[in-house]
Formats: sequence, C-alpha cells, structure tokens
Amino acid sequence: MPVLERGGAQVWQRRTMGERLVRWIGWLIGLVVFAVCWQKISESTTWFFVWDAPRIAGDIWDRATPPKWEYIARLGRPIWDTLNIATLGTMISLCLAVPVAFLAARNTTPSALFVRPVALLIIVATRSINSLIWALLLIAIIGPGVFAGVVAIAIRSIGFCAKLLYEAIEEIDATQVEAISATGASRWQVMAYGIVPQILPAFAGIAVFRWDINIRESTVLGLVGAGGIGLQLSSSLNVLAWPQVSLILLVILAAVVISEWVSAKVRGAII
Amino acid sequence: MSHRELDDMLGTAWRKPPLVRRAWLRWTLLLGFAVYLVAAFATIDVDWGRVYEGLDRGWAFVMSFTRPDFVSRWSDIWSGLLESIVMTVAASVVGIAISIPIGLGAARNIAPLPVYVICRGLVAISRALQEIIVAILLVAIFGFGPLAGFLTLSFATIGFLSKLLAEDIEAMDRSQAEAIRASGAKWLQWINYGVQPQVMPRLVGLSMYRIDINFRESAILGLVGAGGIGATLNTAFDRYEYDTAAAILILIIGIVMALEYLSGVIRARVQ
Amino acid sequence: MLRLKNLTKTYRTGDQALKGIGLDVPKGQVLALIGPSGAGKSTLIRCINRLVEPTGGEVWLDDTELTHLGAGALRKARREMGMIFQEYALVERLTVMENVLSGRLGYVGFWRSFLRRFPQSDVDEAFRLLDRVGLLHMADKRADELSGGQRQRVGICRALIQNPKLLLVDEPTASLDPKTSRQIMRLITELCAERGLAAIINIHDVALAQMFVPRVVGLRFGEIVYDGGPNGLTPDKLTEIYGAEDWEATIRKVEDEEEIEAAE
Repeated sequence: MPVLERGGAQVWQRRTMGERLVRWIGWLIGLVVFAVCWQKISESTTWFFVWDAPRIAGDIWDRATPPKWEYIARLGRPIWDTLNIATLGTMISLCLAVPVAFLAARNTTPSALFVRPVALLIIVATRSINSLIWALLLIAIIGPGVFAGVVAIAIRSIGFCAKLLYEAIEEIDATQVEAISATGASRWQVMAYGIVPQILPAFAGIAVFRWDINIRESTVLGLVGAGGIGLQLSSSLNVLAWPQVSLILLVILAAVVISEWVSAKVRGAII
Repeated sequence: MSHRELDDMLGTAWRKPPLVRRAWLRWTLLLGFAVYLVAAFATIDVDWGRVYEGLDRGWAFVMSFTRPDFVSRWSDIWSGLLESIVMTVAASVVGIAISIPIGLGAARNIAPLPVYVICRGLVAISRALQEIIVAILLVAIFGFGPLAGFLTLSFATIGFLSKLLAEDIEAMDRSQAEAIRASGAKWLQWINYGVQPQVMPRLVGLSMYRIDINFRESAILGLVGAGGIGATLNTAFDRYEYDTAAAILILIIGIVMALEYLSGVIRARVQ
Repeated sequence: MLRLKNLTKTYRTGDQALKGIGLDVPKGQVLALIGPSGAGKSTLIRCINRLVEPTGGEVWLDDTELTHLGAGALRKARREMGMIFQEYALVERLTVMENVLSGRLGYVGFWRSFLRRFPQSDVDEAFRLLDRVGLLHMADKRADELSGGQRQRVGICRALIQNPKLLLVDEPTASLDPKTSRQIMRLITELCAERGLAAIINIHDVALAQMFVPRVVGLRFGEIVYDGGPNGLTPDKLTEIYGAEDWEATIRKVEDEEEIEAAE
C-alpha cells in the first residue's frame, strides 16, 4: 500500500507517484487524441448548415407529417421481399455456417494446423464486412435485385453464426462423445448422436437471433439497390417525398419491433 | 404413454417421439413452411443470364484479393480511412461518456421511476433505429460530412451501451452496494464505491466491443454521405476498380481483427 | 480372455500414468480395480478400448491385438467391450430409448441410425433390457429427466445392448448415494453373472468392492501392488495401495459400513 511521508505524517494514497503519473499521461494522451479527432471533424463540417439545422429539422418534420398513409398499398411487395431476403438469407447462411463451425471448433476440426485457420479466416472476413458492402459488391457482380440481397445477407451471416456455433461446439460435454465412441460408432455416427443433440438448442437460438438481426439489415439493403423496402425509401428520398419517407420509416420500425418480439418469444420457448 | 407390459411391446415398432406432439399441428407447420418456401423462391426471379455473366466479374474480384492495389488511389483511401478512424474515436468517447449516466438512469434498482422511464425510452428509440437510417436523416439535417456520421455513431453507442450497462447494474450484487450505503455515503459516493467496482470490468469490455462495431459501421456511413471510407469504397465499386476495393476491404478486415485482438487483451487484463 | 502385456501410458506432460501393466482376466470374471486418485485406474480402462491411446505394450482381446488396429477394425473391437461411465455420460437431450439404442451404433449403418430406423431385433432387445432394469415405462422420457440411479441403469443397458464380452466400468457409483450405489453394483454383478460377462470395475469405495467382487486389483502410481481376493486386503495392504496419509481418509470414509470390521 503506497504511503507517503508528508511533514512527518503518513498519508495513505490509492496509488504510488509513478502510477499516478502514468494515469495522468494516459488521460492526457486520450484528451489530445480526442481533441485532434474533433478538430478533424470540425474542419470538414460546414458550420453554417449546422447552425441552420434546427430550422431544417423543423422544416423536414413539417413536410413529413402526416405520413402518406395510402402509400402503404404499394409497400406490400417490398415488405414481402424484405421478409424473403432475411429468411432465405438466414437459411442459406446456416447451411454454410454449420460446416465452417465444425471445421473451426478445436474439438471437431480435422486439422488444427491447416483447416482451422482457414475456417477462422472465413469467419472473420465475413463478419467484419457489413451486409451493405456485401450487397454493393454483389450488385456489381450479379446485378441489382432481391437475389443480390439474399446472397449478401447469407454471406454476412456466415461468420456470425459460425462463430457462435463453434463456441457452442467447443463447450460440449466430452464424456457424452466419449461414450458414443466407446460403442464402436463411426465418425459420422458420433457426430449425429454425440455432438448434434448437444448443440441443437444453441443452433436454434442462433438461427432465430440472426433472423431478427437480418430483418433489420434487409430493410436498408435497398438503399444500394439490393431489393426490399429500402428501395422505396431510397427513391422517395431522391424525390424528397417526405410523407412517403415517414411512412416507410414507420413500417421499418414496426418490422424491427415485431421481429424482435418474435425472436424473443421463440428463444424463450426453446430455452 | 400408459404403463405397458414388456410382452405387449416386444415386436412393436419404435419411433422417436416427434417434437410437436399434435399431428395436425405438426403437419400444418411443415406444410405452411413448405408453401412459404415455394412462394418465396417463386417471387425472387433471378436473372440467371445476368448471374452467369457476373461470374467472370466475381472471379475477377476474388482474384483481385491476390493483388490488391493500395497505391493508385492511396490518397483517397488514406483520407477515407482516417475519417473513419476519427469518427470512430470521437463517437466512441462521446457515446460512452453519455451512455454511462443514461445507463445508470435506465437501471431500475438505482434510478427513480420517472428517470427510468425517460432513459429506457431513449434507449429503445436508439436501438430501434438503425445506424444507416439515422445517418440519412442527420445528413439531411446537418449536411454531408463526418459530423453526421459522428452523431450517428454516438447515438447508436448510447442505445447499445446504456442498455447493457443498465442490465449489468440490475444484476449486480445488492449486498455490496447496501454495505456502502450503510456507511452513510452520499449518492455519488455510493455509485463510486458500491456500484462502479462491480460493473467496471464489463463496462470496459463492452466499450471495447462497441469501438469495434463503431469502426465497422463507420465503413458504411459513407454510402449515404456521412463521411468515412464507405464513400471511397462505393466509388471503387462504381468504377469497377476491384483491386482498389480489395485493398480497402483488406484494410477494414485487418483493422477489425486488430481491434478484436486488442479488446481481447484488454478484457483479459481487466477481469 | 482379456490379456494386458506390459501396458504403458505416458502423457504428453511427461506423467507416467501406467508403468508396464500386466493383467489377465478370464472369461466371466468380475474384477475390481482400486487405488487412490491419479493411480491410473481411469487411464487403464480407457487404454483397453483406446479412448486413450496407450504408449506401449499390448492389449489382447481373445485373439485380437487391439493397440495396432486401424479405425474400422477398432470400431469392430469396441463393439465387444461395453463401457459404463462415472457421470453416466448419457446424451442428455436424447430419449432413454435413443440412448439405449446408441449401443447398437457399431452394428448399424449411418443412415439407418440417423433416421432412427433400428432393426426390430435391436428394438426388442432394448425393450427387454429396459424391462430388466425396471425402466421400461421411461422409454420415451428424455435422459435429463431421470434421477442419477435411473441414468446409470440406462447407461448399463447401453453397454449391454452391444452384446459385449467384457464390461469396462469406470467409477459407476461415484455420483450416487450409498443405497443406490449398492443397487447399481448388485445389478452390474448380477447381469455379468447372467450373461457370463467379464468386467473390470474401477471403484474407489473399497468396502463396496469387497462386497460384490471375487477379485481385487490394487493400483498405485501406475503399478499393480495387489492382486487377490477381497479378504486378503489387510490394513497393511491398503496402506501399501493408498499410502499412509490417504489410508486415514479412506478409513474415515467407510467407517460406517459394517464391512470394515471384516477387513480389520
């Protein structure tokens, strides 16, 4: 415990002088970095617009209310597309994520030296890149449309699902697997009887969880042309049809809330 | 199953009991799912000719990862990347700073009811709105540039961190906090001594995780004009400059991996 | 029938778990393996069916040498050896019936087992075994709904449906209360007698071992230090097996059991 002599009296302090110095320097560096960052942002901002922002916001609000309710009739198909992008995308990604997860988990990978790093690379690469970027890429490759959205969501979700799944696989009870191997079961039978039943609840939870996130993400994929309700949002924004924009935002909000509710219900039922 | 005698059961077939016991419900669910799948696939209408044409481009893109071009557009890449990092740092600092009081306010066991309701409402709004939609609105209000991106990320950080922090506080050990209160501490002292030590490790971990997410999100905000590397990436795709795009993606993946590694190290140290 | 020759196992950490074990188990003999924790009991059992790869020596099951078998032949050999585990090791999310039938996996092809379409003879045998251990009415319950003793009975059924020549039993009573422990031990020895099975039972409860088996093998630091009848286990012998300090603890543990008088 650092105790300081000061004028004959012993003063208790939480940290020694050195520690305090390091802390102060740390905070100082942090502050400087933040100041520099703020400086950067400030430089590339037109402050005139910012001071004008309350007026503009009020203006947009005036134009956006009330929402153009009758426009909902034309949103049926986009909503259906959005649902399909999320659902099909999730299903495809799960099909791809399962083998990746088995290759990535320490206890099931065929080769920790060669196969596992590749599987981990797939997981990191697909996870780090946002679905909008995948959509951008896929539109450049296979053209705009719902299909690009499905594939973008599918690829983006592989890493997420595979990561959670391989963590679940690594946590299974090894003696159950041992018991099945001891009966003389083959490799695949050990998988089907020893491992799969143990990870099935985790798998179902991950699937529903990811589906919920994918509903969210698929609502905005249309902004870059990958189908769904975002397409309507984008075109309404382009022509500054604010009443339509506000209606679409309300629909998206409703979709997000409903999907979160469904996912919470289903996960509650599984666990 | 009623208690049956061995003799009755010998020779009878055995089937695994189905997951859904009511037969009609089981078949309705299966049939409904099949009908949905057919309908979903039928409405996707994929232009296979276009996809086939795109395969060459897709292959070209994959190959461009073997020879990414960092050089020819380096100044664009660098300024975009710097802007992303600046936005991430500034938004994380501000977002974390704001989300701590809001997180305290959103914890039912330490906040009075009116404060609780207001903070929870704020958290719910922030979580329901996706970054990209917030960014669109903020760009419309504040004009193009990193300020909109910075505000978007700060807002999203608040929703994410406050909620998890509040849940952590609600789950904390009550007796430790009571002991501090019993010593006659003031409210702030109580938070400082009774609550903070309990939630600090998790707060640090979550903050690191959020910085990671903020960086990933900052990469797409440029698509709607809110600053960052996204704009550069979008341009690269538009011009079919796959080697530049590959270079940007590699940089993003690299930074995300570094951040994940860093957060792992820091989390291990705090706990 | 089972013959171990100079069996050794050295773990990668350098720990020598088994130092040249030689052991002969004739057909139909039930044998208890006692010894302190870390003596190598579990390792020995697992080296026989190669859940743990032995480092050296030979394992003969009738006329087959097991340590050099390839994957397919090893699976065939494993069918001959049923195993019963300490923490039951049932697949908890499968039903009792699936757990029992999983003992037939070595005989059934992948798709058949995957679709749960086991041959009727296997299903009948599973019914008979469950009836024998008194769990027929639980057949369609999930394994994690069962109590400890019931789970261990299912574990016994799973081992027996393999139609083995030999049972490898690893601490069958470690997680059970004293009464259930005795019931389980009685069940195992009875079943072995009915079917003429040999068995190696790892057990750390000396009194329980003395109650039920005709032959006891004492293991210490990976070596056999006692091999004989249950009545030959004098305090001196037990001290030799467990060491002076451990022995005190063992006495205290089994003090209440009336069999301890017989040993002293």
